Amino acid sequence: MAALLAAGVMSLGALSACGSSGGSDSSGSGSGDGLKVGMAYDVGGRGDQSFNDSAAAGLDKAKKDLGIETQESEAVDGEAESAREERLRTFADAGYNPVIAVGFAYSASVAKVAKEYPDIDFAIIDDEEAKGDNIANLVFAEEQGSFLVGAAAALKTKSNEVGFVGGVETPLIQKFEAGYVAGAKAVKPDITVDTTYLSQPPDFSGFGDPAKGKTAAQGMYDKGADVVYHAAGGSGGGVFEAAKSANKLAIGVDSDQYKTVDASLRSVILTSMLKNVDVAVYNYLKSASEGDIPTGVRRYDLKVGGVDYSTSGGQVDDIKSKLDDYKQQIIDGKITVPTKP
Amino acid sequence: MSGGRVRRLLLGAAAPVLALVAAILITSLVLLVAGDPVLDTWSTILSAPRERNVANIINNATVLYLSGLAVAVGFRMNLFNIGVDGQYRIAAFAAAVVAGEAWLPGYLNTVLAIVVAMAVGAAWAGIAGLLRATRGVSEVISTIMLNFISTSLVAFLLRKAAVRAPGSNSINTKEIPEGSRIPGIPFGGGVVEIYGFVVLAVLSGLAYWFVLNRTRFGFDLRATGQSTTAAVASGINVRRMIVIAMLISGAAAGLVGLPILFGDAYSYGSTFQSGLGFSGIAIALLGRNHPVGIGLGALLFAYLNEQSNPLQILVGVSPEIVAITQGVIVLTVVVSYEVVRRYRRRLEQQAVAAATDRPERPAPTEEVAT
Repeated sequence: MAALLAAGVMSLGALSACGSSGGSDSSGSGSGDGLKVGMAYDVGGRGDQSFNDSAAAGLDKAKKDLGIETQESEAVDGEAESAREERLRTFADAGYNPVIAVGFAYSASVAKVAKEYPDIDFAIIDDEEAKGDNIANLVFAEEQGSFLVGAAAALKTKSNEVGFVGGVETPLIQKFEAGYVAGAKAVKPDITVDTTYLSQPPDFSGFGDPAKGKTAAQGMYDKGADVVYHAAGGSGGGVFEAAKSANKLAIGVDSDQYKTVDASLRSVILTSMLKNVDVAVYNYLKSASEGDIPTGVRRYDLKVGGVDYSTSGGQVDDIKSKLDDYKQQIIDGKITVPTKP
Repeated sequence: MSGGRVRRLLLGAAAPVLALVAAILITSLVLLVAGDPVLDTWSTILSAPRERNVANIINNATVLYLSGLAVAVGFRMNLFNIGVDGQYRIAAFAAAVVAGEAWLPGYLNTVLAIVVAMAVGAAWAGIAGLLRATRGVSEVISTIMLNFISTSLVAFLLRKAAVRAPGSNSINTKEIPEGSRIPGIPFGGGVVEIYGFVVLAVLSGLAYWFVLNRTRFGFDLRATGQSTTAAVASGINVRRMIVIAMLISGAAAGLVGLPILFGDAYSYGSTFQSGLGFSGIAIALLGRNHPVGIGLGALLFAYLNEQSNPLQILVGVSPEIVAITQGVIVLTVVVSYEVVRRYRRRLEQQAVAAATDRPERPAPTEEVAT
């Protein structure tokens, strides 16, 4: 019940004074160098088997390896801007430093709250718009990883037709599409790439609706595609199911989905586009614990292992040399991958 | 008679207090079953809000109040406008586009945008009104359907109208120029300002009270709501009233998103607050369609929303626990009003019996109007 006690102490602290973060270390549970990290998740939070989970994995690893203290909080769907701001302020007031905001929805609130707390460092994932001396923007070259899985799809297709299912048609997911299409066309210039999105912003249901994902993928398989790549978060499960019943292939996203899906669906997963949010979070915290806190834009691309493709399942073993060749060309700058479809 | 008045006041306050206590008890039970710290949760929620939190509460309440008013206009006529959610979003989007384009200078631009928002909200609700008046389509069904259409339509149009800042992953309409924004009222440390729109919200409440209680139209509206047949008998054109009531409800709904638009966000985008229309239904029920009651309900909901925010960080309890409290309040308030009503009737019967000094008779079938 130490957690309860600590929580009690903290709420007392919140009651008694505004912004007195001086003695807040006393409530710490005796961890390493006293780094207290606050992490604000986007909607879905820990357990979404996608983006937030990946961030959480990085946090967990940092907690274990670096001996830091962590606290988490997640967003409520459709919440007010002030709620996001308050989440960040509550962390700051309770003595958490740095504070990591997961997802571009926090862009405006991080920009605003970081100004109010110049002594506290903030990091935001997937956003470059929020700028400040105490803000680190952790962004990814999703198009580069998507290029590689696009090439894999084109190398594996027999019908010369592949598909892309996006969760929500945001500029972020369009980056996945652009890279995928470019990768497929690099291998086979005459290939047909079907693309669709499950929902349009501000409707974000496309990230959490497996039924929609299944219908969309089914349509593509029926039409003749034999590999479908999804960048649809939780809706991806439906894409895998459709692949299973059509006896075709699918490509996962964000994490190595071969390892996370139900065992019966493993056979359909050709590869996954890895977006290593965990690496970004861990690296950020590692630097922070060494007293060298990063600020400004940190781009995680193929070169630094921020994005990649997975090989579990062994379905891309025969084309691995070709994919690695493309990878090297992108790293060397011989291929520039577009970020817009 | 002063004793009677005090008792009346106490009885009036009894129902909401009873509802609140019951809601707190039920929420505590849920916390207990889930194994969460009950006392810490309440001490966080009931702790004195800081100045910036007070400002947030007032801002949130402003928005919820407008939503509650929009729903209440329909309720007074027995119309269930479930579509406030869709109406406010399409209206806020339209207002954001108009204000962002800035065809007119300064505050003329603001006024134009507000008028556009009300017109769009009214038109969207008017569809449901017309369907009900001409084809007898239940407004509950049509407004729910229109919510979906509104969501998709706004999403579609947003992509056409959107401008995108470099490096950003969210999409927004053009920002409203500074001269057309509604200045906030500085409060506390200056971290958060109170929406200037709060004044317009109060005026809307006054207008609601005046129109409903002091005009012929308001009388017609309430009469139609209480008994359609009686309204027809007294020469009220009920179909016309349905359409007009929906138009007014929609126009009020059109205002809901504007405090946020002109006071905080300055553009409509993918992170614009959603679901306000549904909170409005609960708040109108809670406030019993009375302008002051709706105000108190809006403040209560906003208070719970704001104070629950740090729960996860400080106590480790999901802030969504207050959604349970809010839902339970809406239920308990209905029950407790009925309990108090019955108790009051019994008191009245006893009083009458005592005054006439006769043995108590079986309860009259008609209740005494209060």
